[in-house]
Amino acid sequence: MANVPEDLHYSKDHEWVRVEGNEAIIGITDYAQDSLGDVVYVELPKPGDEFATNESFGSVESVKAVSEVFTPVSGEVAMINESLADEPEKVNSDPYGAGWMIRVRMASPGEVDSLLTAAEYEDFTKAEKE
Amino acid sequence: MVEFGGWDMPVQYPSGTVEEHLRTRKHSGLFDVSHMGEIDVHGPDAIPFVNRLTSNDVTKLTDGQAQYSALTTPAGTVVDDLLVYRFSADHLLLVVNAGTTDKDWNWVSSHHAGENVELNNVSSEYCQLALQGPEALTILQKLTDLNLTDIKYYHFTRGPVDGVQSIVSRTGYTGEDGFEVYAAAEQAEKLWNKLLDAGNFGSDSGVLPCGLAARNTLRLEAGMSLYEHEIDETTTLIEANLGWICKLDKGEFIGRDALSKQKDSGPNKRLVGFEVVERGIARDGQDVVIDGQTVGRVTSGSPAPYLKKNIGFAYVPTESAILDGEIEIDVRGRLVKAKIVKTPFYKRSK
Repeated sequence: MANVPEDLHYSKDHEWVRVEGNEAIIGITDYAQDSLGDVVYVELPKPGDEFATNESFGSVESVKAVSEVFTPVSGEVAMINESLADEPEKVNSDPYGAGWMIRVRMASPGEVDSLLTAAEYEDFTKAEKE
Repeated sequence: MVEFGGWDMPVQYPSGTVEEHLRTRKHSGLFDVSHMGEIDVHGPDAIPFVNRLTSNDVTKLTDGQAQYSALTTPAGTVVDDLLVYRFSADHLLLVVNAGTTDKDWNWVSSHHAGENVELNNVSSEYCQLALQGPEALTILQKLTDLNLTDIKYYHFTRGPVDGVQSIVSRTGYTGEDGFEVYAAAEQAEKLWNKLLDAGNFGSDSGVLPCGLAARNTLRLEAGMSLYEHEIDETTTLIEANLGWICKLDKGEFIGRDALSKQKDSGPNKRLVGFEVVERGIARDGQDVVIDGQTVGRVTSGSPAPYLKKNIGFAYVPTESAILDGEIEIDVRGRLVKAKIVKTPFYKRSK
């Protein structure tokens, strides 16, 4: 059973959002990393890049496939997780911690309210599996 | 699971592609490749018939020997690549790709021109399990009295494996030592489980079941072609660097004139292996760019789990097919530098 922490917000594209003040930390969920398999490459934007809601901000690659990752909220990239360049496997081993991807200064913090709660995301992944 | 040539097949098992790949290189991996097609050719003209349809020289085979070859079109392009097994002078077995079995069957049967042979599509009668890796021999030997050490590379024998009548062939698609075991289809599950048990599946260095993704990365590292990627009906054997299976002196065969002509004049494009030298992973179908011009196409591109590099095959113009030559790959709009390298990318130490 995939781990879905209570305190995060979720997108239907399988990203999670952790809100810290006006900033949002974004990564992919445990369910997503498990479906992808061994992550061997993560491509991230540069700090300062701006993204609209649900825009592709990079990609995650397993041996077999490439998956784009999308911004659940709009804003400007404040920081990226540079360690993923050499240790992309952190996305598998610690998707909600060391495997985070970008930190965004939110353009409209209210956007997180339209994301899924942990319970809603769990129902969503169950439905997707069936 | 994915649909593959009409079969439902696992892309990977729970341990994942990377672990499956590495375990096969270091210890052993087990692949259910029952999807492969088999065409039985029986009769006094078996050898001349198959020799006329394929590019390699069937007359060179002895009983119990197998040969990598291709069914060729009159243009020297590839209907399919295959293994030709010789049971006896009047009995051959063609082992072909799953996705092309029906096409191959139609091709082979429609090119039957009065030779005294009986053709049978026996694909559904066989299962095929490939046990690959440096420990394959030791594991398989536990299940059979056949002396496996005596079977040389690209040779085979027939006999019981755990009491099941089988063809045991020292062949594979991974670049490792190993065996492909053919048996009656209904024996597949029993044989599979016996091989896992014999290989201590579940222990840290035990055999691992491997899916299609690992089969692909292993064959790519080993520099082997995959049908519909490196070879198809638009590419010739010469272009695909498979001149070594074109025996132009053996006598008439379909495509010989075209291949002979192209060998003399030189092809316009060539298949090359490349290694990505910047960050990025080349993937199948991406463009190859030289001096800002799109000049070719990636046929297979992937991370190579054992070599820990990002590698691939691509077609480039012959004048650019130079060792250490620089090319760029268009990775979703970003040009990534790569260099042409020798293949196979990986070669096992003997």
